[in-house]
Amino acid sequence: MQIQREIMTYDVVIVGAGPAGLACAIRLKQLKPESRVCLLEKGSMVGAHILSGCVMEPAPLDELLPDWRKTPPAICVPAAKDEFVLLTKNRRIKLPTPPQMRNRGNVIISLGSLCAWLAQQAEALDVEVFPGFPAAAPLIENGKVIGVRCGDMGLNKDGTPGPNFAAGVDIHAAVTVLAEGCRGSVSKQLIHEFKLNAECSPQTYGIGFKELWQLPAGRVKPGYVQHSVGWPLDSKPYGGSFLYHLDQDRMYVGFVAGLDYEDPEFKPFEAFQQFKHHPSVKPLLEGGEIISAGSRALIEGGLQSLPKLEMPGALLVGDAAGTMNVPKIKGTHMALRSGMLAAEHLVEHGSSEGFDARWRASPSARELHKVRNIRPGFHKGLWSGLLYAALETVTLGKLPWTLKNHADWKSLNKLGERAPETEDYVTRTLPPKDRLSSVFFAATRHDEHQPAHLKVPDTNICVGRCATEYDNPCTRFCPVQVYEMVEENGVKRLQINAANCVHCKTCDIKDPYENILWTTPEGGSGPNYQNL
Amino acid sequence: MKILVGIKRVIDFSVRVQVKKDGSGVNTDGVKLSINPFDEIALEEALRIREKGMQAEVVAVSIGPAEVQQQLRTALAMGVDRAVLVETGEVLQPLMVARIFHELTKRENADLVILGKQAIDDDCNQTGQMLAALWDRPQATFASKVELKDKTLTVTREVDAGLETISVDLPAVVTTDLRLNTPRFVKMPDIMKARSKPLQTLKLDDLGVAKAPELEITNYAPPPQRVGGKKVADVPALISALKERGVL
Repeated sequence: MQIQREIMTYDVVIVGAGPAGLACAIRLKQLKPESRVCLLEKGSMVGAHILSGCVMEPAPLDELLPDWRKTPPAICVPAAKDEFVLLTKNRRIKLPTPPQMRNRGNVIISLGSLCAWLAQQAEALDVEVFPGFPAAAPLIENGKVIGVRCGDMGLNKDGTPGPNFAAGVDIHAAVTVLAEGCRGSVSKQLIHEFKLNAECSPQTYGIGFKELWQLPAGRVKPGYVQHSVGWPLDSKPYGGSFLYHLDQDRMYVGFVAGLDYEDPEFKPFEAFQQFKHHPSVKPLLEGGEIISAGSRALIEGGLQSLPKLEMPGALLVGDAAGTMNVPKIKGTHMALRSGMLAAEHLVEHGSSEGFDARWRASPSARELHKVRNIRPGFHKGLWSGLLYAALETVTLGKLPWTLKNHADWKSLNKLGERAPETEDYVTRTLPPKDRLSSVFFAATRHDEHQPAHLKVPDTNICVGRCATEYDNPCTRFCPVQVYEMVEENGVKRLQINAANCVHCKTCDIKDPYENILWTTPEGGSGPNYQNL
Repeated sequence: MKILVGIKRVIDFSVRVQVKKDGSGVNTDGVKLSINPFDEIALEEALRIREKGMQAEVVAVSIGPAEVQQQLRTALAMGVDRAVLVETGEVLQPLMVARIFHELTKRENADLVILGKQAIDDDCNQTGQMLAALWDRPQATFASKVELKDKTLTVTREVDAGLETISVDLPAVVTTDLRLNTPRFVKMPDIMKARSKPLQTLKLDDLGVAKAPELEITNYAPPPQRVGGKKVADVPALISALKERGVL
């Protein structure tokens, strides 16, 4: 069937209302108020899909909106004290805080509520913000990106138009700015199409979990920041935890695990829950309740994995490209800066050409260069990683070499290639009981009438090779149990519970056969995070 | 003819509602707010009546703080002709809302008022009925089918015994049930158009409506936690467990 699509034309279309996209939109309108800027967001409202630590370096925000502290976003607590600790199963050992992780002058925020707040500022400048409208695919003509196609609404399960069908609009723009965040689905297509990663190391990722807790009075010390390494991870996988104390008896509790882990039986969600039961953490949380929770992949490849940031008609900003500073565990300031720089570039040049060189000559690139070997230093485990981090830090990033990254989907060992792990996990008592009950705290929702937005092109692999080689790791790495192997009449098959999806993108990254494709569901679907 | 549609901004149905610890209300901080689903159905029905060729003006009305304009803009993007916001910070209770609508039916000379049968936040299910009484006009509540012919509405109602069909003369009040229709998706170009449609703001104080709340809310509390079930080994164990609880 031929679908009639309306076309809307703008000067710039920005995909994704995260910090990079919003900063780009605001800067564009500040510098050139007459430009027409369209900002697309797949979440039901701005901030609904945003999940980040987050202790932010405020300098870029001071630059973008100097008065922001006068009407601060909902959660904004100055960081007061840093602690960096090593956890063993029963002990908590204080380590010296690495200089990158000192947070004096920074603020603990909810990136979701910051983005909602930035969206108000953008709308006041006449940016046209469209929450609930995902960019489903790029539009390419004669080797140039000319815009994006928004997702269709009201499709039946089989992909045919239903009674309320509304065709997605085509947005045409002189420049398309991809600000989708880590592993953006349109960005991924364009990186492939324009071979933007031909000259860089493969990208590498992590999976992050975060919960917002309301605790009994008197437990939190507002502004206290703790990061840990160690238990429940053994010394091999990269990862760690965070505890950020907020005001009003609230606390952020989170955990990140590198997706280059090797053990196919590893369960990132369980590792997070185990961390919460460490003797130094559990007493903080007991008796409290979870307000909101979720998970999101984060991009960890750094400078050596950064693709080219421009292509004809489009450019990449923020974590759609991968500008996060992993040793600092911070990406927001980099995202804000790259969005602003993109806006400045577009106003001065009117096209994407030259943006890659401009970003690489900017202070952001120097910041990433200094720490480029720290994350890959952890490939050989925690101890070599910590040593490498110290070395890179004392030499100010002047080591004459750059370590490479490896693709996460290739990192799993096959069953039998490794001795089975002996897990000494404790019995859990804190909520959530399991992954399904954690879905509840993410308030995620997908209309069941639509086609599944998670595509597995070859399900024979699941019941065949993947089952024997890796024991179907998708059933474990997914934080919300989207993937299940079910048995009916003695026949196994893969069941995809797409409605649970919280849009973390882990499956698209970690599947060992690259056999899972994350696509955009109907606009407004997905989690509804509250102050994450 | 003129159709008034009431829309209330409520906590979105997908959100897990949390009661504040001091029992003074529910937590709305950072929570998604949207049009009450029954009111969205009311909007859709009004638009369908107009689209069937009826000469009708559809006016969306909401009551609440200035932020409610966001939901009214959504109604405008769905296709209503204009919107009215009755601005107030007061707690909304059915009788006050019915009085406001009564005043507006007079001011607007309305022929039909379509409301959701209830709002999903307080679940009162009273406003439509109270408005019909104040206005002294017929009501057709819990509508699952509405047909309009020559100033007479034929309405199929969902009642305990099944379906009941009644006819009422306009002007009248209709309240919508879930199966009446499926609201349309908002389209991007229509969001653009909605920005230039009229949105009028009235102050509650200027309407001359008594606003003293009739109901006093003393406390909010979450429902008691469900205690998990227990598995028993066999029938005798089941019987003794039931006896223990005094059921047998």
